Amino acid sequence: MEISNAKQEINITPELQARIDELLSHYPADKKKSALLPVLHEVQDAHDNWLSVPLQDKVAEILEIKPIEVYEVVTFYTMYNQRPIGNYMFEFCRTSCCCLRGAEDLMEYTCEKLGIKEGETTPDGKFTVVGVECLGACGYAPMLQIGDYYKEHLTKEKIDQLIEECKAGQVNLH
Amino acid sequence: MGRKILLEHANVPGIKSYEVYRKMGGYASVEKALKSMTPDEVVEQVKTSGLRGRGGAGFPTGLKWSFIDKKSGNPRHLVCNADESEPGTFKDRYLMEYIPHLLIEGMITSSYALGCNLSYIYIRGEYMWVFRILEQAIKEAYANGWLGKNIMGTGWDLDLYVHCGAGAYICGEETALIESLEGKRGNPRIKPPFPAVKGLWQEPTVVNNVESIAAVPWIVNNGGEEYAKIGIGRSTGTKLISASGHCKNPGVYEIELGLSVDEFMNSDEYLGGMMDDRPLKALVPGGSSVPILPANLIFKTTEGNDRLMTYESLSEGGFESGSMLGSGGFIVYNDTSCIVRNTWNFSRFYHHESCGQCSPCREGTGWLEKVLHRIETGEGREEDIELLWDIQRKIEGNTICPLGDAAAWPVAAAIRHFREEFEYHVRFPEKIKNRDHYVNEPFEKVRHLVTKQTV
Amino acid sequence: MKVTIDGQSIEVEPGTTILQAARMIGGESVPPAMCYYSKLKGSGGKCRCCLVEVTKGSDADTRPMPKLMASCVTGVMDGMEVKSITSERVLDARKSVTEFLLINHPLDCPVCDQAGECDLQNLSFKHGSANTRYIEDRRTFEPENIGDNIQLHMNRCILCYRCVMTADQLTDNRVHGVLNRGDHAQISTYISKAIDNEFSGNMIDVCPVGALTDKTFRFKSRVWFNKPYNAHRDCDKCCGKTTLWMFGDEIQRVTARKDEYHEVEEFICNECRFEHKDPADWVIEGPRKFEKNSVINQNNYTRDMKPVKIETEKNILLGRDEDRKKISMSEVPLKGQEKKEFKEGNV
Repeated sequence: MEISNAKQEINITPELQARIDELLSHYPADKKKSALLPVLHEVQDAHDNWLSVPLQDKVAEILEIKPIEVYEVVTFYTMYNQRPIGNYMFEFCRTSCCCLRGAEDLMEYTCEKLGIKEGETTPDGKFTVVGVECLGACGYAPMLQIGDYYKEHLTKEKIDQLIEECKAGQVNLH
Repeated sequence: MGRKILLEHANVPGIKSYEVYRKMGGYASVEKALKSMTPDEVVEQVKTSGLRGRGGAGFPTGLKWSFIDKKSGNPRHLVCNADESEPGTFKDRYLMEYIPHLLIEGMITSSYALGCNLSYIYIRGEYMWVFRILEQAIKEAYANGWLGKNIMGTGWDLDLYVHCGAGAYICGEETALIESLEGKRGNPRIKPPFPAVKGLWQEPTVVNNVESIAAVPWIVNNGGEEYAKIGIGRSTGTKLISASGHCKNPGVYEIELGLSVDEFMNSDEYLGGMMDDRPLKALVPGGSSVPILPANLIFKTTEGNDRLMTYESLSEGGFESGSMLGSGGFIVYNDTSCIVRNTWNFSRFYHHESCGQCSPCREGTGWLEKVLHRIETGEGREEDIELLWDIQRKIEGNTICPLGDAAAWPVAAAIRHFREEFEYHVRFPEKIKNRDHYVNEPFEKVRHLVTKQTV
Repeated sequence: MKVTIDGQSIEVEPGTTILQAARMIGGESVPPAMCYYSKLKGSGGKCRCCLVEVTKGSDADTRPMPKLMASCVTGVMDGMEVKSITSERVLDARKSVTEFLLINHPLDCPVCDQAGECDLQNLSFKHGSANTRYIEDRRTFEPENIGDNIQLHMNRCILCYRCVMTADQLTDNRVHGVLNRGDHAQISTYISKAIDNEFSGNMIDVCPVGALTDKTFRFKSRVWFNKPYNAHRDCDKCCGKTTLWMFGDEIQRVTARKDEYHEVEEFICNECRFEHKDPADWVIEGPRKFEKNSVINQNNYTRDMKPVKIETEKNILLGRDEDRKKISMSEVPLKGQEKKEFKEGNV
């Protein structure tokens, strides 16, 4: 298993701590572990969208569980990134319904335009392109997810525009 | 125009907000249930309505509710399954995104019926913006006294929260969902014990699909009998259908069960026929897990009956010549689509989503994908078709949870109905080199190459 | 409660599973179990080797169960009728599961220390086929070092979860678990940590295959060249009752005592397992008996015990090390840098 050794500064800001406390309040006091998935989302969002080992250990400490229980969960679910990724991750749905509407062509187009292969990040660390499984937008295909949002009914022109907006820092992720 | 129950007010401006929703008669079911009905009476109404689980299995919701263990006196929970991930299905997202309060109202009324004081909505992590919409709606419901302590002065408390997943199709299986809600890997549990006895934190739990819960307010307001009048036979009420693929107007539609497939497919009120007017080749009527139907079995069953949008009619003929309503993911294929490629794509999905707990699914889904990928990329062997058939047969029914069946059925149906296409791929690898091989040369034009010649 | 398995009836307590009832009856009808372990809570249901056909649910509800049931997690009902080896469906399913378990298994029995006492070998012998229909590349994992006592061979693992449950139920700080998912799920510590706990060695005994083996016994001998003896010593941590695997006067391996279903009678501590290789530390009770068709029995105990000194052992091990590199198995010794870090504890 490849574990990234990239350095990550851990910073549990008061706002993040407040959000974690709020999430914890959603579960019985003796069931802190239940908050693991939502807490990991929040912590990841606040740390450049990836979870280093020390950060996962920190989450274990907050929830009073064993580190291995966090590792098990992080590696099971696809939305937790175990290595640094680009600022803008284009997650193309490539399951059948989207393919019927040209998702594969569009992903290839995007990769070509950014000069990378699927799964790679551009050298400047800005863009990552990955293919993912069904995102539940089959009727609005082709589509991609970027941050917390979906971009649907895509065309090559819309991809061009989206890349420009990302470069100009006009795309909200959360 | 078909009757609308869930999406009746979907187009009212501002229906997302509490004020507008309330003005349109929202939360009436909570008032009615809490003021004038006992929990058991609510359960009884849902039973009478004949409402069947909208997540895919179609198990009667009222019956499921009646299984919950009330005797032990342990705290009970209602968990809404909003982990919608079945390829072809996007109806729950529509409902939650546009009318979030309908789900909240349904959760309150249903929790009352089950005697729960702590309930959750488990939403897939990718729907993060919908997660925030629901959080906001819950906040509004708390602020207006529909949630919290002593609701409407009845002495009944209910806390409701949204919990987000993080990318795992398997968490749509109810016991995997519970595991995930407990902060663990989404490994389905061995049953029995069933969640109704030992679910979330080993306490009695009912897990219901978003659409099932959203139907409860209407049932409580209008009575189960009224609901049962809609639809045909044991398929009562309305159903949300998510249409995608090569149809003219993809999207989410609410239909009365019993509508004919022909009308749904071709009338302008619904799908409006095929995109670019190309011929219809195949249909997956209920999400990727259900068997695919070839063109000749879509509008008529082998018995010559009209195929209707009901649980029974879609499965008429069994797996030999029928399919299933499933979750209502209606995927339409025209003659440019390749069934082998589509089957491989679905297999990749199941391979990717298998939790890896039990051997037939862990090993079998990967094997299916690899063989299908070989065939699709021109590396197939004649015996691979039999091999595929055998692998899927060995997975089906032998796994802990239904994901094994879901991975096996599409492969079986594709071979059953489209065997010639598999043979074509194996025998003419140079013709299927490009992934869009049927775009310029639809299979109908080359079918004669593989058809058995009788002299 | 009365339950009938392959025509043989037995009275059992409520709460008994079909598999337990079958074991009470004994014989050929006992379903194979790769993941179920009676001493571990929550085990079973995963490998699907023990599927049986329930032809009659109970006296109260005589309907047959439509699907094959995992006998290790299905409780018996009064009047239940079960078919194990008398059902074609069951035999077919066992064959299927065996095939699934083997498609990605390395089949490296000739160099595997578990060979001879491996449940997967036994299962394949009974239900497997001599040919494979799997022409793809087999799955492999990067080797991971989990300490000086236990050797992890992930390629051989069948994901029974027994070792995870052992760590959960016998030790107070589990550091390994199942990571990733689907056919990439693997036993790992994630951070290449040493599994170091007083009872961690029991993971070796519960492992049904050669995924977790005793590093101190690695490549020392084939199990059927060893002579197993029951022995005990006073131990303040565990029962101290073990099986010693001897080669001449040398104790090559210490394990817990295993019954005919290869489950340990009592768990033992790491001190007994790894640190007492001197016969003087033990009171030897006598030869350990195994089921009659076990390959271990090809030893016979009538011969005189004479010390055997192997001068060539060092060279044999060296040769095996080289072979191993050629066939891309994991490195035993840590690389220089790793070893240093490992010793200093900052892995």
